[in-house]
Amino acid sequence: MRLEYPTSIKIIRVPCTGKVDLLHLMRAFEMGADGVYVVGCLEGDCHYNSGNFRARKRVEQASRILDTVGIGGDRVQMVNLSSSDGPLFARKAAEMVNRILEAGPNPLKSAKSEEAA
Amino acid sequence: MTAKTPSRLEKVLAAGHLAVTSECGPPRGSDPEVIAKKAEMIKDYVDAVNITDNQTSMTRMCSLAACIRLKLMGLDPVLQMVTRDRNRIALQSDILGAASFDIHNVLCLSGDHQSFGDCANGQNVHDIDSMQLLQTVRLMRDDGKFLGGDDIKRPPQMFVGAAANPFADPFEIRVPRLAKKVSAGAEFIQTQCIYNLDKFELWMKMMRDRGLHEKVYILAGLTPMKSAGMARYMKKRVPGMDVPDEVVDRMAAVPKEQQAQEGIDICVEAIERLKEVEGVAGFHVMAIEWEEKVPEIVERTGLHPRPAVD
Amino acid sequence: MIVAEKKPIQEIIEEIKTHDSVLILGCNECVTVCEAGGKKEVGVLASALRMYFLNKGRDMRIDEHTLERQCDHEYLDEIREMIDQYDGVVSLACGVGVQFTAEKYTQKPIYPGVNTFFMGVTESRGVWTERCQGCGQCILASTGGICPVSRCAKRILNGPCGGSTTGNCEINKDVACGWQLIIDRLKALGRLDEYEELAPIKDWSTDRAGGPRKVVREDVQS
Repeated sequence: MRLEYPTSIKIIRVPCTGKVDLLHLMRAFEMGADGVYVVGCLEGDCHYNSGNFRARKRVEQASRILDTVGIGGDRVQMVNLSSSDGPLFARKAAEMVNRILEAGPNPLKSAKSEEAA
Repeated sequence: MTAKTPSRLEKVLAAGHLAVTSECGPPRGSDPEVIAKKAEMIKDYVDAVNITDNQTSMTRMCSLAACIRLKLMGLDPVLQMVTRDRNRIALQSDILGAASFDIHNVLCLSGDHQSFGDCANGQNVHDIDSMQLLQTVRLMRDDGKFLGGDDIKRPPQMFVGAAANPFADPFEIRVPRLAKKVSAGAEFIQTQCIYNLDKFELWMKMMRDRGLHEKVYILAGLTPMKSAGMARYMKKRVPGMDVPDEVVDRMAAVPKEQQAQEGIDICVEAIERLKEVEGVAGFHVMAIEWEEKVPEIVERTGLHPRPAVD
Repeated sequence: MIVAEKKPIQEIIEEIKTHDSVLILGCNECVTVCEAGGKKEVGVLASALRMYFLNKGRDMRIDEHTLERQCDHEYLDEIREMIDQYDGVVSLACGVGVQFTAEKYTQKPIYPGVNTFFMGVTESRGVWTERCQGCGQCILASTGGICPVSRCAKRILNGPCGGSTTGNCEINKDVACGWQLIIDRLKALGRLDEYEELAPIKDWSTDRAGGPRKVVREDVQS
């Protein structure tokens, strides 16, 4: 299966989405990420039982904070799919990229460059 | 039991008559006529009238002022006092204020939580509880002492009462709780509205088994229902209220325009039945915003005219 | 532990927006356990604030530091060297820590980052409930180990009141009636007869009512 997905996505591998902390999500945006999505196993299929549920809650928390601070809560998403479902992975990747293209770049990037100038 | 105070209510009870009391809620304003009008309607049909103290935590004219108005009209008021809004200084002070107008009855309560009322963001006090308020009034009356230990000049002469809810949870401590109130100093008890007569009779039996009926006068509380809707509301929404399905069904079975009369009939029948229960010393008829029906209930149950006592 | 809850970020922004540099100061004790003001919460708040102010075009320095405790001199001393770099401090400790930090660094504005609630327990992850109000005169021996002062909405010492229904308080069906718990417990201990002993009028002078309190232990004083 030589599926294509957008090259602008940088994949960070974690043993389980339960490992993804709110702080990781926050830092990613602080460092200039335009969007972050967390891809977890299907709900009910977590090897650690609740890792992906925890991840979802953290994504929701991050989303609320990003709305509050003016970055935009839509830039962070939770996606659940089966690890064998390559086509869905590729489709979700494309969806996410489209969503971020619509939202535009992380506003911090322009703020930073203005500050530098 | 012989009367220890000048309270008309106590004298009626001590003489062995079935007593009748009722209650009036003070207005949410300062118009003195509201309380006078209610009192006028019922004054010849009851021995004493309770004045509620900011019931359901809605701010109203104070119970003490309304009691003074009744007293000046020649009635025997029962000053209701809740421990929610006043600390021990204010409670003792108001007891003395009431005594200065020769108000001779007090009912000691804890009061509904303030979250039910119009000042849900307010503090509550609860410096002492209702049982400790009973003790306080008895100390002031019997020993002529303040809680602080000093002597009171002209101590209050008050007949001291408490509320009891035979239907509240947990049922197993309902009678022990009554015993506790009696040992704290309660001389009369006005009960929660009774609709479940079987359960009330069971409670009365349990209290008689402990001999409490010889230590305290029980005034059975009754509230006539105006409609099937009210019956359903009381069953479902009012904490600690026990309204059996038969009562709701009976109200619902008659046409709407006759439901009020049915409610009065149910009340009258309950009084007739409870008159026969040993230990029931009288009735507390709480016709909420329906005071004009008190005379009918009292007349139909043969409790009119009220006995004369000096 | 002392249980607190994070303040809304917006409220903190309003507190600090006139400053150019702020230290977010966490506490490793109670507020860490109740996930309101530990190292992690400091990190999240600081990150959010940096993003907010940067996005507003503000060059605002927001740093993070977490102390072992904010209610002891020795730990608060740790920040003596660094605190002068900041215009203000947001303390994520309980109200005690906020005040002690303010007392120690009198020249520095200290802002609270949490709302402090009560002394309580972790009932389950993410659920904390009250157990003690620090009345200064413990009566748990006579109430089956359950406190009517903190667990009855009316702190009734001779309860329950008439509002107790099916084990719950009249104020809210999700709140257990403290007196129902006491009675259940006395029964389980075979001591229900003690229920009938009247609790005396309480001396509240050791409570908040008596004014700010102080405990002095001469035997351990230096």
